[in-house]
Amino acid sequence: MRIETDFGSPRNRGANSEPQVLLCGDTGVSVEFAKIIDPDINRRVRRLYKRLKTGAHPGIIDLGPAYCSLFIRYDPFICSLEKLLCIIEDNLEAPGGAVEDTPRIIEVPVCYGGEFGPDTGEVAGFHSLGAPQVAALHAAPLYRVYMIGFILGFPYLGGLDERLKTPRKKSPGPIVAPGSVGVADRQSGIYPVASPAGWWIIGRTPLKVFDLQRKRPFLFEAGDAVRFRQITREEFESYNDH
Amino acid sequence: MRAITIIEPGPLATVQDKGRFGFRHCGVPVCGAMDPQALRLANLLAGNRADAACIEITMGGFSARFQVDAHFALAGARSPARLNGGAVSSWRRCFARKGEMIEIGLPLNGFRTYLAVEGGLDVSPVMGSRSTFLKGGLGGLEGRALRKEDVLFLGPAVSGGAISEIPAELIPACSDKTVLRALAGPQIDRLSPCGMQTFWGSEYVVSSRSDRMGSLLCGPAVELECGADIISDGAFPGAVQIPGNGQPVVLGCDCQTTGGYVKAASVIAVDLPGLGQLGPGATVRFARVGLDEARLAYLKNEYLLGRLFEKSHEAGGGR
Repeated sequence: MRIETDFGSPRNRGANSEPQVLLCGDTGVSVEFAKIIDPDINRRVRRLYKRLKTGAHPGIIDLGPAYCSLFIRYDPFICSLEKLLCIIEDNLEAPGGAVEDTPRIIEVPVCYGGEFGPDTGEVAGFHSLGAPQVAALHAAPLYRVYMIGFILGFPYLGGLDERLKTPRKKSPGPIVAPGSVGVADRQSGIYPVASPAGWWIIGRTPLKVFDLQRKRPFLFEAGDAVRFRQITREEFESYNDH
Repeated sequence: MRAITIIEPGPLATVQDKGRFGFRHCGVPVCGAMDPQALRLANLLAGNRADAACIEITMGGFSARFQVDAHFALAGARSPARLNGGAVSSWRRCFARKGEMIEIGLPLNGFRTYLAVEGGLDVSPVMGSRSTFLKGGLGGLEGRALRKEDVLFLGPAVSGGAISEIPAELIPACSDKTVLRALAGPQIDRLSPCGMQTFWGSEYVVSSRSDRMGSLLCGPAVELECGADIISDGAFPGAVQIPGNGQPVVLGCDCQTTGGYVKAASVIAVDLPGLGQLGPGATVRFARVGLDEARLAYLKNEYLLGRLFEKSHEAGGGR
């Protein structure tokens, strides 16, 4: 295992390379398995996450599984970097089965375009498509929740149609409404609360991604499957999220 | 009534503690005091545990009334403060009588002042923390900034408080021209040679659009190779992101848990208080240091703080 503390991390590492530890300041590391979005890599990330979480190691204070890396926040006063690396290595090598995806398929109703999808025109223009095609292409695939991040339960969804692949905005755009559905690169996501968005917003769901009053405050978890369903403005207005 | 009542909150005052850990996998930001050193030292002086909840006061303009006799302390930005009209010093253990009013003015330098009151602010913890997360509307007092006439109840008074002032070496320097020491970030290889020189060699000004989520910097654009996008990975307070426009963004305590922009550098933990004291218009540059320097500084600071807390709470206060 390599500790990346300086230049020259090799780019475009594939699925078969060794995990690499990147320093994230003096109280964090990122264990990077590869630089690709791939279900098997993501399962390896979540496997390490679950093992470390279960292990309850003193000094490891926060864990964030991402697409192809696991972020670990630690307190070097309690657990040195060297000890942390031993723990990581031990848990990477430990035998045991793969982590399975959850069996859930969550249906997400979306009203596309118009004021709910202010960036639809730009996304359509970028790909020389019409707005209805953007909606249809977005609603077609079965997506996979690779990770929960950004803010309060934001699902990072893999599986976006290649024809909608759009680079992120050059800088984060204006504040978007809760439920806004965005695309960036080959990902889609849903904004749980009003927040600045670096992704292109093409629609909005009446579902609450985050609701502290609910028994399960977070609608999604990594490993879920998601399917979008087009709804009309009227259906959106009358939708009751229980 | 063991409480304090807000008279004027100023531009922004929120309840903050050490932060919310253990929910990163759900996308819950850490939150907590932007100047964690000032938070801990104010708590130490007030006789509290290190992680007790305080009021984070942004740019002064704040006043509140004590509804009970209580020790308290101020730390952080250099702000003029008065108790019933008489001057009060920061970084000292102070005492207020029931009915007295504390006023905190515009900082002479720095940006955020912390008011710790004996017993700590007794708001309900959300996911293990009393910190306010403004964008998510959770934690603190009803998930929002403090307002006029808000009543903040206090926890039971503790018998700590052997410490009446802070050794100078533990008080963070506070200036409007700040150098933040930083380690190379996880994607530093994405900066072009020219971008490297620009980033480590330039002075940046903090934009007025900055908030607890991030400090937006204005200055020479940092040139990248292969664009600004990465496969989203863990984002963290102190990470310096370079979006496509080349203007660095230093992430704050309310930052997103994951991000898709290149992270060029990571501000070291002991310099995060300096980041928290950067207000709009302040200038900042980054000095590249190695892991050894960062670790040594961190361990020394934790050790010295731990010793002080031990002295203050013989019967087991938090570090």
